[in-house]
Amino acid sequence: MSQYEPLIGAVVFLFTSGLVIFFSSKKIRTKFPPVFRKLSAAIKLRRAIGLAVEDGTRIHVSLGNGSLVDPANASALAGLSTLNRIAQLASTSDLPPMCTSGSGDLQILSQDVLRGNASNNHSLGQLDPGLARMTGVTPFAYALGAVESMQDSGTSANVLIGDFGAEAALLLDGAENQGSYKLAGSNSIIAQSIFFAQADDTLIGEEIYALPAYLGSQAAHQASLRVQDILRFIVILVLLGAVFTRLAGWA
Amino acid sequence: MKSPLSVLVAVLSGLLVLAGYFFPFPALIAIRTPMLDWAVTLAGIAGLVAIINLIVGVHLKRLREAGSKRFFSVVVIITFLIVAAFGFYLGPADPNFQKVVTAIQTPIETSLMALLAITLTYSSLKMLQRQRNWMGLVFFLSVILFLVINSGVLAFSAEIPLLQDLLSGFHHIPAAGARGILLGIALGSLATGVRILIGSDKPYSG
Repeated sequence: MSQYEPLIGAVVFLFTSGLVIFFSSKKIRTKFPPVFRKLSAAIKLRRAIGLAVEDGTRIHVSLGNGSLVDPANASALAGLSTLNRIAQLASTSDLPPMCTSGSGDLQILSQDVLRGNASNNHSLGQLDPGLARMTGVTPFAYALGAVESMQDSGTSANVLIGDFGAEAALLLDGAENQGSYKLAGSNSIIAQSIFFAQADDTLIGEEIYALPAYLGSQAAHQASLRVQDILRFIVILVLLGAVFTRLAGWA
Repeated sequence: MKSPLSVLVAVLSGLLVLAGYFFPFPALIAIRTPMLDWAVTLAGIAGLVAIINLIVGVHLKRLREAGSKRFFSVVVIITFLIVAAFGFYLGPADPNFQKVVTAIQTPIETSLMALLAITLTYSSLKMLQRQRNWMGLVFFLSVILFLVINSGVLAFSAEIPLLQDLLSGFHHIPAAGARGILLGIALGSLATGVRILIGSDKPYSG
């Protein structure tokens, strides 16, 4: 690692933070309202949530095997934000969403999210703490435990968002046998290819981090989506610049 | 209800650890290192809490309900108690303890791996039913193409320079696609991390 890398990292962090705060401000949001392209997976998920509320069935959110102390924890944090939003959208249902994870820290956080939503709905007394559970500590144990959990609880829609490996195929196969809707996204490329083959809708690449914004979450989610777009354009410009520099023989 | 104190502690801890990474001054490192150690310890304790929640909140509860799955819950609880007792008594690093656990776990997970191979084959065959669009067709054809290329059937291409160049070009396509996806994931991770670190997004209540 060169001596400048931490400094570049600090500049990127400050720049990104500044943009997120800037786009989160009410003045900017009112003057320049965010316009995002259509994400069919988000539309179908909203419909699945509506159907689950009407049918009296449950939505299962799977956060994967990652842990908060892993470098891949951002996908699980996006999953927690999604769980929060799904719990809000399904607040009129008799059956709150269920969440499975493969690590203790995510189990505690997901339980906290469900508890917070139950508290907001004045239904804390009816909340089952077992709805947020760690089903296994190894990838396969987690996948099989999650399949059993979803089959037990009358799930009609499954949302897989987090750090998964090839074992996610077993999880999706269990959901397929149950005939439930499957939306999946991961930070892992292996998992994404499996999801593409097995899930009803797949979130490719950065779409996983955009889902909370598409579900109409806080202003910060929509702001960070705008920032992602800006950063993507900067990366494209840098890559094109590097290509032209190389072609011109300057480097 | 979000507790302002817990949010403040979380944001300050995150920023301090990040500052220690960007600017490795001795004072910041002296704060950052024990904080990371605490995080790992807390994650371990969280794991224990989650296991107790699984046993008490899920499996013990299931014992009180009628159903065919009660038997499996009994097996889980008994196995947990045996492993926990021997683990505490002998210690998790004991070679005999590890040998027994590994001898049970490895064959089970290997069998699941075999099951996974069958599941994936079946899913890839069913994929065109589900993904009836251009993306699905391109994905399916790509899978077939790279299965053929990597199977060794085209080994004779080493003698045909044009075909060899063509296959070499094909090998670069997945790497280029993966890089594009990884760049998107990196940007998404950065934006999500920043959102949490500056306290705009709080997936916890404290």
